[in-house]
Amino acid sequence: MTPDTSGETVLEVRDLHTHFFLRRGVVKAVDGVSFSLRRGEVLGLVGESGCGKSLTALSLMRLLPKGGARTIKGEVRLGGRNILECTPAEMREIRGRRISMVLQDPQTSLNPVFTIGDQLREAIVRRRRASGVPVMEEAVAALRRVEIAAPEQRIGQYPHQMSGGMKQRVVGAIAISGEPGVLIADEPTTALDVTIQLQYLKLLKRLQAETGMAILFITHDFGVVGRMCDRVAVMYAGRIVECGPVQRIFEAPQHPYTRALIASVPKMTGSVGRLATIEGQPPSLMDLPVGCRFASRCAHVEQRCLDAYPGTVRVGEEHTADCWKVMPS
Amino acid sequence: MAVVERPSSTDPVAPRLSLWRLVWPARIPGGFRRTSRVPWIPIAIISAIVVMALFAPLLAPYSPIDQTLRDKLLPPAWMAGGSDKYFLGTDAFGRDILSRLIYGARVSLMVALLALTAGGGVGLAVGIVAGYVGGAVDSVLMRLVDAAFTFPAILFALLLAVTMGQGLGTLVTAISLLLWASFARVIRGEVLSLRQRDFVALARVRGCSAPRIMLTHILPNVLNTFMVLVTLNIGVVIIAEATLSFLGAGIPPPTPTWGLMISEGRGRIADAWWVALIPGIAITLMVLSVNLFGDWLRDRLDPRLRQL
Amino acid sequence: MKRYIARRLMQGAVLLCMVATIVFFLGRLTGNPVDLMLPEDATPEDRAALTQTLGLDGPVLDQFAIFVGKAIHGDLGMSIRMKQPAVEAFFDRLPNTLVLIPWAILLGMLLGIPLGVVAALHRGSFLDRAAGTVAVLGIAMPSFWLGILLIFVFSVELGWLPSGRMGGPAHYVLPVITLATFLVAGFMRITRSAMLEVMESEFVKLARIKGLSEAVVIWKHCLRNALIPVLTLWGVFVGNLITGAIVTETVFAWPGIGRLTYEAVIYRDFPLLQAVIILKSILILSINLGVDILYAYVDPRIRVT
Repeated sequence: MTPDTSGETVLEVRDLHTHFFLRRGVVKAVDGVSFSLRRGEVLGLVGESGCGKSLTALSLMRLLPKGGARTIKGEVRLGGRNILECTPAEMREIRGRRISMVLQDPQTSLNPVFTIGDQLREAIVRRRRASGVPVMEEAVAALRRVEIAAPEQRIGQYPHQMSGGMKQRVVGAIAISGEPGVLIADEPTTALDVTIQLQYLKLLKRLQAETGMAILFITHDFGVVGRMCDRVAVMYAGRIVECGPVQRIFEAPQHPYTRALIASVPKMTGSVGRLATIEGQPPSLMDLPVGCRFASRCAHVEQRCLDAYPGTVRVGEEHTADCWKVMPS
Repeated sequence: MAVVERPSSTDPVAPRLSLWRLVWPARIPGGFRRTSRVPWIPIAIISAIVVMALFAPLLAPYSPIDQTLRDKLLPPAWMAGGSDKYFLGTDAFGRDILSRLIYGARVSLMVALLALTAGGGVGLAVGIVAGYVGGAVDSVLMRLVDAAFTFPAILFALLLAVTMGQGLGTLVTAISLLLWASFARVIRGEVLSLRQRDFVALARVRGCSAPRIMLTHILPNVLNTFMVLVTLNIGVVIIAEATLSFLGAGIPPPTPTWGLMISEGRGRIADAWWVALIPGIAITLMVLSVNLFGDWLRDRLDPRLRQL
Repeated sequence: MKRYIARRLMQGAVLLCMVATIVFFLGRLTGNPVDLMLPEDATPEDRAALTQTLGLDGPVLDQFAIFVGKAIHGDLGMSIRMKQPAVEAFFDRLPNTLVLIPWAILLGMLLGIPLGVVAALHRGSFLDRAAGTVAVLGIAMPSFWLGILLIFVFSVELGWLPSGRMGGPAHYVLPVITLATFLVAGFMRITRSAMLEVMESEFVKLARIKGLSEAVVIWKHCLRNALIPVLTLWGVFVGNLITGAIVTETVFAWPGIGRLTYEAVIYRDFPLLQAVIILKSILILSINLGVDILYAYVDPRIRVT
């Protein structure tokens, strides 16, 4: 697994803020997220539920849930263009072809009343200009590409006639049918059986190798991160607190939160002991502290942690952490 | 697999039943629905009608039954030819419409009270038993519910009126038949999910008998839903009562009911519209108020019922 | 699919038997059946003849056998008032109702479903509130009173439309509006809430991720799914239409089966009422069967199993 770090940057996110504006107050779900994604790379976005991972993804697609969510600040540069400034019509051109997404739950991601062929064709027809190949054949080819057996028969079936793993493959086929440069995978294997999970991850890897697309892989599972990703960004309470190459993060995590997360991953070897857990709860996103957001749960907390946010510190080659106690390199 | 989740709390004890909660419910925990404003206008209208019904003999200016034929078909007081004596005018027999309206509220509310107690009670019992016992009992009861839904109860009501004769008993029976199935269906759904909860399992482990669990653990927990259903169905009952009276299958004349008043005024629509239209306004206002109040109550007590 | 229809047919048959049984026993066990089934001025000979043919002097179960036997051959007794077989009276009037109801359903769906979609799309807007007010009012008004109100406004005051009886297209306007009001309100409410739910679902998100236009997302992906709960309520709507037809036809003097039902009640014509109820049950059950088949067409999950 050699990260192709030479690729050009295809997606650049700078200081992204997406908040929920509710009657009770403002929920700062994404509050200053920055990262970049290069061609052919897999960046893992890791964090516990509710830390803003999924909302970050939806902000990139500009498909925020209804009910007060707005991206109020930041830039999302896709091939040099800030897509936050695009019109809805331009956005529709971009979705599916430049940036696409695989959702978490295959059981609900496909429309139950249309055949998968219909749903696949919709995606194919949109991006076709005049390729000459019949749509039907292209749809079959797309299914074959995601390793679905007997695609000619499957194409006329409804989602409920397929297993979860197969549905997720179809979702994958739909997502990449426009040959996007960036694919966001939002916990694509969480809802699948463990054995199917592995197959799906391998499939994603293979498709990536074939197309050279960049993948933003969202997960809460550090085990999957090690298997899939070149780099990893750890998110906590609306911000990325540490980002770096996978190996560096695993071997020398700098942020106390990352260290705690990695300590809580069950090891395959060694004694079966108590798993480390992190005491306490993350701060309310409606009422964030001025200082470090992890301070209330951190074992090494000091006065300066409570007084001000530490800021992003470069701690090594491509490795940054938001902590007062790390040594800048 | 490092899954860091917030600790979840389950409730090993059944929430205590408090009558006060029915009157002034606590906010639904974790509910993020904006609490809608208290519907003061509907509450005022409902209260006014309830007061009218309770104190009808004191409030009504005239007897609702006695006929004054020389004063027949007088228009309401504000219209040309209207008399100050009869604020809402008189009908073809010279009876004061306001007085009949006030007494009619009595009938509507009485029928609503009785039918909701009977029909709602049966539905509650069927729903709890079907949901808790399950199995064959459940499927038989639910088939019956499906059947009741398919067949319009109003036809049975008409049949009852013809075979058993008109009267309060027939009317209440007929309307109860209309109600029980929808109560049973919703309550059963609620019980099915309650059955999975920890406090029920705990009660079973402690060795409580099935009837005891249903009475002390299940029943208190479906009362909120029951109250919402009762409120949402008051309008259904009032409309059904009026419809049956209109069709000549309600409480027989001369007892004033709103439906009957409309029926009697129907033929006079060209020269005395007030006889038929005024009671209809009363029905619409009442049903509208009760429904708006019911919607609000549902949002407060049991937002999951929104689909109804 | 065949098994599904067969099962529905069986359920319908069972239900029909239940209805017939209830009708029979209500007729026999409350009071004197001879009084119920003959006019008050009937001669003793008439009474004896009826007692003979229905076996009224025999045990109840024998009477039931006679009743069922006759019913199977399409004989549900003589209408007291019309002096003709009750079944015949029903089928004489049925066409008049059948020309009225489809218009009401059409109006209800054509107005109710798009309004529900639009209300859901602009949730909380002025339009949504206006639609909500109409829905709440449509449910709160007793339909017979609405009919009278319409007559007062459009026939008495404005003189634009006829107030009743069958006739040219103008005669249809007010009865159809009266029947459709409840449907418009009902369709709108259900469509709106179903749309709100569907619009939040993941497959709609995926449709947008594909880059489909909003029109396709809403009117194809969302609406097709939202129609499923709309269809499940058809059973309720059919029942309501039957009830609605009784009061509407009564108000507008429309000579259909609804008006026939009213006449049976008013004149205490038990044999007629008995026949009307049994035949209406058959009607309702057949409509429901049709809706079930349509339902299987809209929701492939049912079709296959």
